Amino acid sequence: MKIHWQILVVDDEEVMCESLAAWLREDGYVVDTAASGRAAVEKAQERDYAIYFVDLKMPGGMDGIETMMQIRRLHPEASIIIITAYATVDTAITAMKEGAQEYIVKPCNPEEISLLVNRIIKVKNLQRENTILRKKLTRQYCVHDVVSKNPRMQEIMTLCGEIASLRSTVLIQGESGTGKELVARAIHNAGDRAAKPFVAVSCAALAETLLESELFGHEKGSFTGANSQKRGKFEMADTGTIFLDEIGDISPKLQVDLLRVLQDRAFYRVGGGEEVKVDVRVVAATHVNLQQAVAEGRFRDDLYYRLNVIEIRIPPLRARREDIPLLAEHFVERLSHELGKNVSEISEGALRLLLDHNWPGNVRELENAVERAMVTCRGKVLTELDFGFLVESGGQAAAWPVPAGMTMQDMERVLITTTIQRTKGNIKEAASVLGIDRSTLYEKIKKYEIPR
Amino acid sequence: MKYLYVAATDGVGHEVRAAVAARIEATFGGPLRGMEAGSVEFAYDAERKQYGSIPLLDSLLKRCPVDAFKLLAVTDRDLYIPVLTFVFGQAQLGGLVGVVSLARLRQEFYGLPPDEEVFLVRLRKEVLHETGHLFGLVHCAERTCAMSLATTVRQIDMKEDSFCAACQARVRRLAEGRRG
Repeated sequence: MKIHWQILVVDDEEVMCESLAAWLREDGYVVDTAASGRAAVEKAQERDYAIYFVDLKMPGGMDGIETMMQIRRLHPEASIIIITAYATVDTAITAMKEGAQEYIVKPCNPEEISLLVNRIIKVKNLQRENTILRKKLTRQYCVHDVVSKNPRMQEIMTLCGEIASLRSTVLIQGESGTGKELVARAIHNAGDRAAKPFVAVSCAALAETLLESELFGHEKGSFTGANSQKRGKFEMADTGTIFLDEIGDISPKLQVDLLRVLQDRAFYRVGGGEEVKVDVRVVAATHVNLQQAVAEGRFRDDLYYRLNVIEIRIPPLRARREDIPLLAEHFVERLSHELGKNVSEISEGALRLLLDHNWPGNVRELENAVERAMVTCRGKVLTELDFGFLVESGGQAAAWPVPAGMTMQDMERVLITTTIQRTKGNIKEAASVLGIDRSTLYEKIKKYEIPR
Repeated sequence: MKYLYVAATDGVGHEVRAAVAARIEATFGGPLRGMEAGSVEFAYDAERKQYGSIPLLDSLLKRCPVDAFKLLAVTDRDLYIPVLTFVFGQAQLGGLVGVVSLARLRQEFYGLPPDEEVFLVRLRKEVLHETGHLFGLVHCAERTCAMSLATTVRQIDMKEDSFCAACQARVRRLAEGRRG
């Protein structure tokens, strides 16, 4: 959609005012004029203009600089261009110091004005787009909008709101697909850091050395292929939040490095000798039982206690079945927009089927199931037939001749290997089919040493 | 019956007048009428050594025939508006009168040998552009469309001597609605 940006031209000379306004109108802008600084401020009180062209010398006790200062008091982000016929270095410096975006001398080249206006409007368009996207993102991950009527989930969301503005580290535990990242984003968006970066890192997806460089950055020449200095995720998240997913999978060396960051809020880039200080809130997540990992010596206890300042345990979907209809309807509503499908409800029979399913992949599996059903659905209502694949997969499992002595781990290895072969090595698709997230799949590939 | 008037100030030759009339008729349809706009010396600014397009448009507006539904004038003089160093032309957006300056369309203005063919091509594009403004069209983002903004002759040369499909459709709709 093309936005009709508004421009205000302020000049006591009518001919100057009207000629510039007419020229800008030919470009499709909505242009207002004001014959004095006072009139301009009155108009700026009524609305904020994308650009203000303000003449420097105006009679009536209010010159261009004063007009600009008053407009900036109303709209601190206003783009103001000072125009003058009597250019001096002093006036130019004063104008820029007081916040003028540009200073132009009239008469000026049409190309100069055209480029200037285009540049400012381009930035305005990007700012507007950014605001819209931020709003969308905040809505998507809002504490109040989490779809659940389960008392435990509601307690969690209340807690998220209470701890949002603290800097204390949070450890989120829960099975794959329960929405650990969603909770992390909700904490970030509800707090003081909402407008600052939220950086998510999947610790299971990368090898130890890569993860170290990814988290802390590296100096030029610190290893083969390090052709330039690179900022790590901790630096990117400075003043914001870093979300460390699958924290239970990091190596002992990284556990030590991470402990140091949590203690000192400082670290060294790989190959670097200079300490980098950051103000980052750490939210970590894991699907493994960290307490057990500590007991087995696989995870440092000091790091565990540093991470576990505030603990959130998200229940699996099978433990809050009352949310299944709510979530399914929420996904239908959202996906009908995204997929451009005119599907508006789910039949009673389909809901019964969803309620009976065990959902090992939790909410993510439910979302994938609804999406798959919607893609193939021909009517306005999702029926049990559209969810036939749930029954089918259950049936096949029951009829599958399981070899004697096969362990759970053997079965998981076979299942993952076969699925990756079927998706021709496409990890995203394989994770979707298996109903787990990519980071979990990477972690399992690593664990079982499955060739890709 | 309302007419689309093509006016020329003193000193504009027949070939130019014919080219302007032909371009307008081909795109906007007839019937067309010619008009002498006379001298423009009243608009001369001795300090800038240029002619003000605003007083020129004011004068055209006063002298516009009652049976005119649009009037486009051409002049040999170099035009300006107070805030800019020059304009290739100016028109009332969706209004009655407009003007195209020939001065900066000629190669001689840039110290190059005269080239009548280049000049006439540029003239046809600028005539389309200013007449488009008279019909209410604003600048087009399509760089090859005659309605795109040109602040240099190089940009005029990059345009086509025609409207893009969207501007063409708009102008057809507006022309049908306004003629009466």
